[in-house]
Amino acid sequence: MIEPLCRAAQGGAASSSPSGSREGGAAQPILRAERLTKIYRSGDVDVAALRAVDFSFCRGEIVVLLGPSGSGKSTFLNLVGGLDRASSGKAWFGNLDLTACSERKLTRFRRDHVGFVFQFYNLIPSLTASENVALVTDIAKDPMDPAEALARVGLNERLDHFPAQLSGGEQQRVAIARAIAKRPEIMLCDEPTGALDSRTGIVVLEALIRVNAELGTTIAIITHNAAIRQIADRVVTFRDGRIAEEATNTQRLPPHAVSW
Amino acid sequence: MSALDRKLRRDVCRLWVQITAISLVMACGVATIILALGAYRSLSETRSAFYDRYRFATAFAGLNRAPLSLREPILQIPGVRSVELRIVKPFIIDIEGMSEPGTGIAVSIPDTQPAVNRLYLRSGRWPDSGRAGEVAVLESFALAHGLQPGDRFSVLLNGKRQTLTLTAIVLSPEYVYAIGPGDMVPDPRRFAVIFMPRSAMAAVHDMEGAFNDIALRLQPGVLLNDVSMALDAILKPYGGTGTIDRSQQTSHAFLDNELMQLRAMAAVVPPIFLLLSAFLVNMVLTRLIALEREQIGLMKAVGYGSIAIGWHFTKLTLVIAVLGILIGFLFGNVLGRGMTRLYASFYSFPFLVFSDSMDLYAVAGAFSVSAALAGSVRAIVGVLRLTPAVAMLPPQPVGYRSFLGRGVTRHISQLNLMAIRHLLRWPLRAAMTAFGTSLAVGLLITALFTYDSVAFMIDTVFFRTERQDATVMLSEAAGPGALSSLRRLPGVMRAEPYRSTLVVLRRDHRARRLSITSIAVNADLFRPLDKKMNVTIIPPVGLLISERVAALLELKSGDMVEVELLDFGGRRVSVSVSAVIESYVGLAVFMSPEALDRLIGDGPRISGARLALDVAQLPQFYHAVKATPGIGAIALQRVSHAHFRETIENNIFIMTSVYVALAVIITFGVVYNTARIHLSERARELASLRVLGFSRSEASGVLLTEIIVLIAIAQPVGWLLGTGFAWSVVRGFESDLFRIPFVIERATYAKSSLIVVTVAAISALIVRRRVDRLDLVRVLKTRE
Repeated sequence: MIEPLCRAAQGGAASSSPSGSREGGAAQPILRAERLTKIYRSGDVDVAALRAVDFSFCRGEIVVLLGPSGSGKSTFLNLVGGLDRASSGKAWFGNLDLTACSERKLTRFRRDHVGFVFQFYNLIPSLTASENVALVTDIAKDPMDPAEALARVGLNERLDHFPAQLSGGEQQRVAIARAIAKRPEIMLCDEPTGALDSRTGIVVLEALIRVNAELGTTIAIITHNAAIRQIADRVVTFRDGRIAEEATNTQRLPPHAVSW
Repeated sequence: MSALDRKLRRDVCRLWVQITAISLVMACGVATIILALGAYRSLSETRSAFYDRYRFATAFAGLNRAPLSLREPILQIPGVRSVELRIVKPFIIDIEGMSEPGTGIAVSIPDTQPAVNRLYLRSGRWPDSGRAGEVAVLESFALAHGLQPGDRFSVLLNGKRQTLTLTAIVLSPEYVYAIGPGDMVPDPRRFAVIFMPRSAMAAVHDMEGAFNDIALRLQPGVLLNDVSMALDAILKPYGGTGTIDRSQQTSHAFLDNELMQLRAMAAVVPPIFLLLSAFLVNMVLTRLIALEREQIGLMKAVGYGSIAIGWHFTKLTLVIAVLGILIGFLFGNVLGRGMTRLYASFYSFPFLVFSDSMDLYAVAGAFSVSAALAGSVRAIVGVLRLTPAVAMLPPQPVGYRSFLGRGVTRHISQLNLMAIRHLLRWPLRAAMTAFGTSLAVGLLITALFTYDSVAFMIDTVFFRTERQDATVMLSEAAGPGALSSLRRLPGVMRAEPYRSTLVVLRRDHRARRLSITSIAVNADLFRPLDKKMNVTIIPPVGLLISERVAALLELKSGDMVEVELLDFGGRRVSVSVSAVIESYVGLAVFMSPEALDRLIGDGPRISGARLALDVAQLPQFYHAVKATPGIGAIALQRVSHAHFRETIENNIFIMTSVYVALAVIITFGVVYNTARIHLSERARELASLRVLGFSRSEASGVLLTEIIVLIAIAQPVGWLLGTGFAWSVVRGFESDLFRIPFVIERATYAKSSLIVVTVAAISALIVRRRVDRLDLVRVLKTRE
């Protein structure tokens, strides 16, 4: 069930993808979930945030996750990103069973393999842009130079600025630079443009596309903005804790061609 | 209940640990106000009432022997209100159940209450001069021996064994603090004061129609100086040794010293706690308001007025204050009662109750509420000024500055950089946290250094200076032959004679009444030490004066000082100061025996001797002393040492326990609240670190690094503060009666820091657990 999805995405995107990593159509799922379920207990009531979701992310693809608030998309990303624990089901990163990992192993997983980008940037206000990136490169196995990471998102002139001295778009690009500096296999972005105007949002999305193209990083983007679906290889729509719909784009549009 | 009040109730429940931590610090301020002011009032008011009601003398004078007919001329002196002409003599106690001889003072009393220094009759009846051997006894001695009216005990009065019958247990304003010769703290077992009908006293001491001591009361507003010249002139032919006022009367001086310290405590300690609690209130409230900014905006938007919202936060401040005040009242009362009980064991008053009147609580409460409101005012004014539109917007991101150049920051890890920049961003808060913690260190040093000081004092006084086992004081100065008799007492291995004479040392307008004591050049039992604690060689001429005397009279080695020989008609001679020495007890001045004899000019005489004793023969020695006429008093240094040690250690233990509790509360209050505020401000950053792949310990390490830096800075500051506090304690204790040495061992600094660091670590670790439990997703998805 997972493999065909991956192949489908692969086949559909290969022709138009700028990424060379997926040439040849032999991409492997990098992250996969099997009957992944999350139930929150609120008083005496159990609330199912995610209900037995099966899904795979393929190496080098861009996936956009859509759905109304409370549909389960963020919960899904948090579980596969090792930020939260599933109530049942399984999630693998390669051969690593994330649902069986200890706290320490999950930390290691996040440190080595995943890059996160959030709506509210979550930069460290007491560190400059380059120091925010260095925070990650100091502990990563094969990091890029912080200056290089910032250059990739077009911020090579703002290295020594503190977050308070940067605009929202710039802050989000620092967050992206921080996420890519460790050369992660996958980037999980939860509403990266949610706090930005459309012009700035496009700059941020372009930075993500560039990362995907240049580094072959798999990118998952949660958004409420349906227009953004056009930049993805695949689009997954969540509803009531389940994947309600899954579509593959035959052609990806560059962000500046998307209007919202 | 209004919605805002419900919010207040829930805020209080949510923040209860922080509120309790602040309230406890505030409670320390309240408790110390009640303790210090309450104890001060108790002691001061009780003393005043006792003095007034029992007509405590305002002046005293000693003399050899004068006829009672002097009463009229003395009463004629303008300003004299009443006078009591008494016979006061030392005696030796020989009481069942106590092998060692005790020392006492016998004071003559008239057939009814004296005009001055009346006695408080605790039980029994006034001694009947018609019945032989009836006496009233000071309560402390009676209690120590379980004596009741009707009991009998024997004493050696003027060398004659007398069996006395106790008819009354009494208290005297003159002996509220009754301390025997050679003792450093009262030992009621070995020191007695007995009050004996004048006729009986006169008969024993061959003083019929005569007296040797005066206690008088002056009319209100009259200065002693106006009276003393006339009185001294009357008494001079009878060996008058000069008039002294209350400040030179031992019991009164000790009480004064205690009162002075309580006053100092009340002035210094509570403000420190109240300042700290104001700081904590400010820190917590500012953060709470920052977190509730949007809610405040919303409330204003829906129509709540600024005053109503300001009052809401003021009420939270008042909750903290009221809780602190209630805890403080409780502990202040308990501690005050404990302190008063402790006083009651030293000071003999007819009654001594803890004076905890309502106004005291009102004062303590008002100060605490003021401190809390002062701490909250800035944060609350901020609430009043916040417009709804601004409040609903996210706050401006916190701006940081680099402070350090890239060359430096390159060598610091990003995590440490976060910690350092956060501290430097709020320097005042960091400074106050470090200062609060350093106060805890300082308080501990102030408490613990007393162990060092007392240990040093015991070593200096009992092992290096006064190495004798006993000091025998003769009833009257005698020729050198008396020494042979003392040497013949059983168990005496070595006896070193001394002579002591009462003088006034005068330089320019400064004068001090004290005794010059002789020490033989080859003395081994008593060896004065110089300021470097080396044994001083007794110079053939000139005086050895203690540092205290040197400071009081502004004397130094080589200076000339006038000596007025009070025991010898007030003859004045000029003597040089040979050296300044270290001494912790009394106003010590020494001289070689030959030089002192020459000064007095009546040939070689001795006042007593210092003795080294064979421990195996102590019972025989004690027995012999009790049977030897001519011995006026005896001081037993070994027994005094043991008693002093036991008493002082008990007191220091109590004091240290209180101070340790205060230090723990300060440290917890300051460190816990600071760590909680830092966590609250940085939850998002710490969660980000966790998401980025930093482990729990690495993330919480940022928070702990800040606390560690502040605690580390607090240590040397605390050592300095503690040294300063200890110095002021030493200066505060310094009186003509005794001094305590300024000694702080390194271990004391280490122990103080260890206690504070341990409490700080526990407080920080409690907060660390919260870092471990951070809900990463929730924190990161929330707008700051």
